[in-house]
Amino acid sequence: MPPKRQIRVGNQWMYARDARRALEEAIRVSESEAKAHEHHVPFIRKYVFSTDHKWIGIQYAITALTFLLLGFSLMLLMRWQLAFPGKPFPALIAKFLGSSNAPGGVMLPEFYNQLGAMHGTIMVFLAIVPLAVGAFGNYVVPLQIGAPDMAFPKLNMMSYWLYLPGGLLMMSGFFIPGGAANSGWTSYPPLSIIATNGQTIWILGMVLLITSSLLGSINFIVTIFQLRAKGLTFMRLPFFVWAQLITSFLLLLAFPPLEAAAILQLMDRVAGTSFFLPSGLVISGTPLHNAGGGNPLLWQHLFWFLAHPEVYVLILPGMGIISEVIANNTRKPLWGYKSLVGAGVFLGFMSFVVWAHHMFLTGMGTAISAFFQTTTMIISIPSVIILTALIISLWGASIRFTVPMLFALAFLPMFGIGGLTGLPLGLAASDIHLHDTYYVIGHFHYVVAPGTIFAMFAGIYYWFPKATGRQMNEFWGKVHFWLSLVCINCIFMPMFYQGLAGVSRRLYDGGAQYMHAKPVIHTNVFISSAAWLLLVAQFPFIINFFYSIFKGRRVEANHWHATTLEWSAASAPPLAHGNFAVLPVVYRGPYEYSVPDHEGDDYLPQNVPEDQPGAPVPAGGGALHGTAVAQKES
Amino acid sequence: MTTTTLTHPVPVDDGHGHGGGHHEIEIPYTLHPRPDTGMYNGKLGIWLFLASEVMLFGALFSTLILLRTSAPSWPHGWQELNIPLATLNTFILIGSSVTVVLAWANLRLGDLRKGKIFLSITLLCGLGFMVIKSIEYATKFRHHHFPSTNNFFATYFVMTGLHGLHVLGGMIVFGYLIGPGAKLWETNRDQYTNRVEVTGLYWHFVDLVWIFLFPILYLL
Repeated sequence: MPPKRQIRVGNQWMYARDARRALEEAIRVSESEAKAHEHHVPFIRKYVFSTDHKWIGIQYAITALTFLLLGFSLMLLMRWQLAFPGKPFPALIAKFLGSSNAPGGVMLPEFYNQLGAMHGTIMVFLAIVPLAVGAFGNYVVPLQIGAPDMAFPKLNMMSYWLYLPGGLLMMSGFFIPGGAANSGWTSYPPLSIIATNGQTIWILGMVLLITSSLLGSINFIVTIFQLRAKGLTFMRLPFFVWAQLITSFLLLLAFPPLEAAAILQLMDRVAGTSFFLPSGLVISGTPLHNAGGGNPLLWQHLFWFLAHPEVYVLILPGMGIISEVIANNTRKPLWGYKSLVGAGVFLGFMSFVVWAHHMFLTGMGTAISAFFQTTTMIISIPSVIILTALIISLWGASIRFTVPMLFALAFLPMFGIGGLTGLPLGLAASDIHLHDTYYVIGHFHYVVAPGTIFAMFAGIYYWFPKATGRQMNEFWGKVHFWLSLVCINCIFMPMFYQGLAGVSRRLYDGGAQYMHAKPVIHTNVFISSAAWLLLVAQFPFIINFFYSIFKGRRVEANHWHATTLEWSAASAPPLAHGNFAVLPVVYRGPYEYSVPDHEGDDYLPQNVPEDQPGAPVPAGGGALHGTAVAQKES
Repeated sequence: MTTTTLTHPVPVDDGHGHGGGHHEIEIPYTLHPRPDTGMYNGKLGIWLFLASEVMLFGALFSTLILLRTSAPSWPHGWQELNIPLATLNTFILIGSSVTVVLAWANLRLGDLRKGKIFLSITLLCGLGFMVIKSIEYATKFRHHHFPSTNNFFATYFVMTGLHGLHVLGGMIVFGYLIGPGAKLWETNRDQYTNRVEVTGLYWHFVDLVWIFLFPILYLL
């Protein structure tokens, strides 16, 4: 016979028998905690080589945000050269760049190329992916699935400690003769093979980063499959977890071909092979002495086989964050959860068969172009499903306009613009005109900058109370939001205009030497000014972020009155001791907001048993921190 | 009402090998399979890792196919490479795949001594493979065949080289499992046996790659 009495522990209802077990567990944990305190976990193991997913997530977040700022700064330097070609920098910046990069304060073309290549590399591989997957995935996924940590904590530590040296190694390129990699973030051969030594460093750094993301993706998939809490079936997973799962599969399967390609390019550079070098190549009038017979297109195929799924690696976690924030702030279940999941999985599959739409102009043939044009049109369908489901979720809601919600709401039209402007690029005919113009730059930046980066901001404001127990200042958050929104549109909207006029990307002078660019490149000054203003707009965020860690308003554990499991854990769950005093049990789907016939609060957390009267009191801490209240079962 | 379905709070994993001293968190299903997935964490992890390895070598095989089909002339493997040595290597690797399974089976039966013997044989097979491989390489270098000679040798050296690194990696792990890693047997037999199992899965994959490399590089 089942026992009759249940008691409430924190916000969990449980039978006395289980509560007793929990209590015993708590005693065991607190004793070992006390013991641990005696032994004193060395600083280096707790904060440097930590195996705790929460701390590793924070390490990733801080590192990736720093790289984000760095990548942004490189672009700000380039924007000076684009707005005022050939004009010297202000004295202080000129001095900082040094005479080898900017003699007389005027940026050299070689240095411009380095900045361009490294801006792309930093943003994609060192900033956005580590932030979206390494930081948010690490911090939130184990909490959201009710796991004590990642499946392989040491491997997790290793992921971070491959990522950081990989990033630093790439940066070290700036300090060697010839400077950093300068063949674009795509590193197309033959240019990249005859480039300066920065390219070798780029490849070696890339190998470290690929290994890091490989270990990370295995860890995420195993964690999500194996460590889901009891009752947390796949169709009860928050969409964020689904997004991370799909992302991990993309990273797992798409990155190895780039690793292979990187090895081949490395061989071409250091061992004199000709994987990517055709026969009879003449460089600056001198024939290249190599065996030849290689194929530059091979690199493009291998590169884009990674880099197109990578686009979805950049966007899917963002969509996951946006889904959580929208469900929470509309106080409604997400509209079409099943379609969202289905669309996400389909998107993942399709992302492996669209890569050559980046190569319509390579002369690979109309038959292949037709195939990839078709798959590209097909892949737009799941993206539209996801965006539509998120927009319909807003319908009829009484929306809470919190800072994370503002970013989420802005994400929808911004990602919409990014997605829709991609269609003409996916059609081979219109791509002939638009290929490699500023139109392309505008398109993918709309996806990634006001798209993904806004989603990242939404996530930071949303989960900040969970990570620190404090809330970031709302007023300065709104200042940050509105300024960023305006500036970022002023940057990327005019690029469509430039691109339609045919202005090419990667031009040192912004197109001043071309007749057809004359009528439109005056917008460069406007774009650059908006970019510099965007930097100013980030100061409220940076200050708010650090100030709030120490001085922000203290808030309760479930600050947003959310339903998913991470909010049933204590705020800033203690490091190195698991996340939950008792591993939670899940009774329902992730978005039970405003449940009809449910009295009390307007939300039903996943871990509260169904047959309990009244909604739970938000926990003042992890389970067992609150008062245990005995109550008779009705 | 009956509520027997509810509340079994912790899906406890029974075996835990962490002694005092450690304050590591217990991760569920490190030792025993999760009922609904039928696998313990390490096993799922290694399968995923092998999936990524398939993509890695798959990219290299694709490279070989693309370069070869578009080349005006391409030497036959049997004209340039030493088939008898490679055949011997093939049998050595296949044999080592058998011994690594025997090692695991003996550990499952609780026989550490036999398990270690079979692990050592596996390690020696790996060593034998590498010695033969280096003889092959040395001969090629003596005949002035380098990666830069042509794309046939470039693909040959890169693919067998990367495969060789995988063999070496496996050997290091076997060395660890026979040596210092074997101490785990005293405290946690299951975990030690699991480690041998996942290493074995990896070793089979390394074997399998060679089974593809041998005909494609040497015989075609």
